[in-house]
Amino acid sequence: MKLLVPVKRVIDFNVKPRVKADGTGVDLANVKMSMNPFDEIAVEEAIRLKEKGVATEIVAVSIGPAKAQETLRTALAMGADRAILVTTDDEVEPLAVAKILAKIAAEEQPGMVILGKQAIDDDSNQTGQMLAALLGWAQGTFASKVEVDGESVNVTREVDGGLETLKLKLPAIVTTDLRLNEPRYASLPNIMKAKSKPLAQKTPADYGIDTSPRLSTLGVREPSKREAGIKVQSVDELIDRLRTVGVI
Amino acid sequence: MKTLVLVEHEGGQLKDATLSAVTAASKLGEVHLLVAGEGVGAVAQAAAKIAGAGKVHVADGPAFAHQLAENVAPLAAELMQGHDAFVAASTTAGKNVAPRVAALLDVMQISDVIAVEAEDTFQRPIYAGNAIATVRSADSKKVLTVRGTAFEKAAAEGGSGQIEAVPGGPDSGLSSFVGAEIAASERPELTSAKIIVSGGRALGSSEQFHALIDPLADKLGAAVGASRAAVDAGYAPNDYQVGQTGKIVAPEVYIAVGISGAIQHLAGMKDSKLIVAINKDEEAPIFQVADFGLVGDLFKLVPELTEKL
Ligand SMILES: Cc1cc2nc3c(=O)[nH]c(=O)nc-3n(C[C@H](O)[C@H](O)[C@H](O)COP(=O)(O)OP(=O)(O)OC[C@H]3O[C@@H](n4cnc5c(N)ncnc54)[C@H](O)[C@@H]3O)c2cc1C
Ligand SMILES: Nc1ncnc2c1ncn2[C@@H]1O[C@H](COP(=O)(O)O)[C@@H](O)[C@H]1O
Repeated sequence: MKLLVPVKRVIDFNVKPRVKADGTGVDLANVKMSMNPFDEIAVEEAIRLKEKGVATEIVAVSIGPAKAQETLRTALAMGADRAILVTTDDEVEPLAVAKILAKIAAEEQPGMVILGKQAIDDDSNQTGQMLAALLGWAQGTFASKVEVDGESVNVTREVDGGLETLKLKLPAIVTTDLRLNEPRYASLPNIMKAKSKPLAQKTPADYGIDTSPRLSTLGVREPSKREAGIKVQSVDELIDRLRTVGVI
Repeated sequence: MKTLVLVEHEGGQLKDATLSAVTAASKLGEVHLLVAGEGVGAVAQAAAKIAGAGKVHVADGPAFAHQLAENVAPLAAELMQGHDAFVAASTTAGKNVAPRVAALLDVMQISDVIAVEAEDTFQRPIYAGNAIATVRSADSKKVLTVRGTAFEKAAAEGGSGQIEAVPGGPDSGLSSFVGAEIAASERPELTSAKIIVSGGRALGSSEQFHALIDPLADKLGAAVGASRAAVDAGYAPNDYQVGQTGKIVAPEVYIAVGISGAIQHLAGMKDSKLIVAINKDEEAPIFQVADFGLVGDLFKLVPELTEKL
């Protein structure tokens, strides 16, 4: 089967985001950008399914600025076969991303779409579930194990109380959680090879999707800061202090 | 405005997360509830008793037994024809279902709401809580998930909602439940605990994690949490993870043991009332948010603390 893997270009997880002084957003100028960590896990899972002989082709997709091409090249270097870049300089909300992905899924007819559970910039945790609704497919969110078995896939999910396993009819949507796998690094030869793998360029208009936002951001502020605390010198002092404030 | 709150339940018990969602919904307007499940009579009764409850729509049938998103979302979307806002808790159950409802309604969901400013205007954290955005929705219906730590729990008693059965929809046939490993614990639940003791990578092994963290938690009647590194290494189960991509907690006291304080971890606990950190590295970022920091070797300090309490 074919696998579709949507990957988003986001702020690198090691960078501490800073709110712009004018309160309009987070400052991304000259900030290191990378593939959303959950999407690396999605790409890795797709490659493992291909290595197991379950999948035959992996198509990576990104919706974003021209620079998202770098993110797609990373996916190709890891092991995706080809890529689709839907270029736009506007911020595209999860609902519109899901609509574009639904069109691409209709064209490509994948057996599964594997997404990250959450983009670490907008922290929405929506796109996969929305895509499942638009396509009328089953969804296995927050996956820590994916086992394809003929016409269905068993997905073990990380839920608040522990783990839950669902059996989904294929085609299906899977969103990745942290424990699904540990993504590989692309080797230098593979990075070179990725440069010549096919990358198709599209626009939202090619899919007939209106990406105008439903939400408008009225302002972005820093969270309230905590007062600096103190260092205690011993366990006894810690216990004294906790007793004084009355929490134990 | 008429809101529809998704009731979260497990083992015939209504979950606390529902009560925070009710409070958030009450800031928008009338609160009606949706209970979907199998054999959920008692849950429906409990939902009707929540202070402020209006109608309690109950879909009881085998298709809803495991609250599969493929079956619950169309039911909720159908009921939304008579409501203006769908509100679910930001739990794994809420996050699983709500976006599916939003897409069926062609609405952009507002995730993880921490404040309701107006019927269409909300605050939500982005970038691991390093920024708070105020957003206004232009959609005619709203779909929200709400962060439990940001809203008081509505009173579980005192309401007089009217229970109304809704016809159980057909099973979509898309998905089915295979099994679950739900940890039974004597300890309080992480998201509602007054005190949490969390362990990090420094614990070094599952044995040491349990030998050091559990007795301290037991002494304090606390819940046990963990950093991602501790969970990844198998020292603690996945449902212990606190952080941006785990559970968001805000207890009276949070004790971080051998946790460095990465932004992804801070995102899940920095709204705790009082933070205590034990770490051998006095430069560890966790000390920047700690009210009381104790620098030293946890293998010496934690047993001493447990003994002296
Ligand atoms: C997409 C993504 C999502 C993530 N989500 C989360 C999340 O939800 N929650 C989360 O926690 N992390 C998350 N992380 C991981 C996060 O970035 C950190 O890697 C993780 O929090 C580190 O865990 P730690 O503090 O236990 O380990 P470390 O950073 O290794 O820290 C261990 C600490 O223990 C101290 N120490 C060592 N030995 C001793 C001793 N004997 N006595 C006392 N102190 C000692 C050290 O000084 C150090 O500060 C995420 C990362 C990514 C990329
Ligand atoms: N612009 C985008 N391009 C490609 N994939 C995306 C995009 N936005 C979101 N996704 C996918 O959807 C997942 C969840 O994102 P979100 O719903 O924004 O938290 C991400 O991990 C990606 O797999």
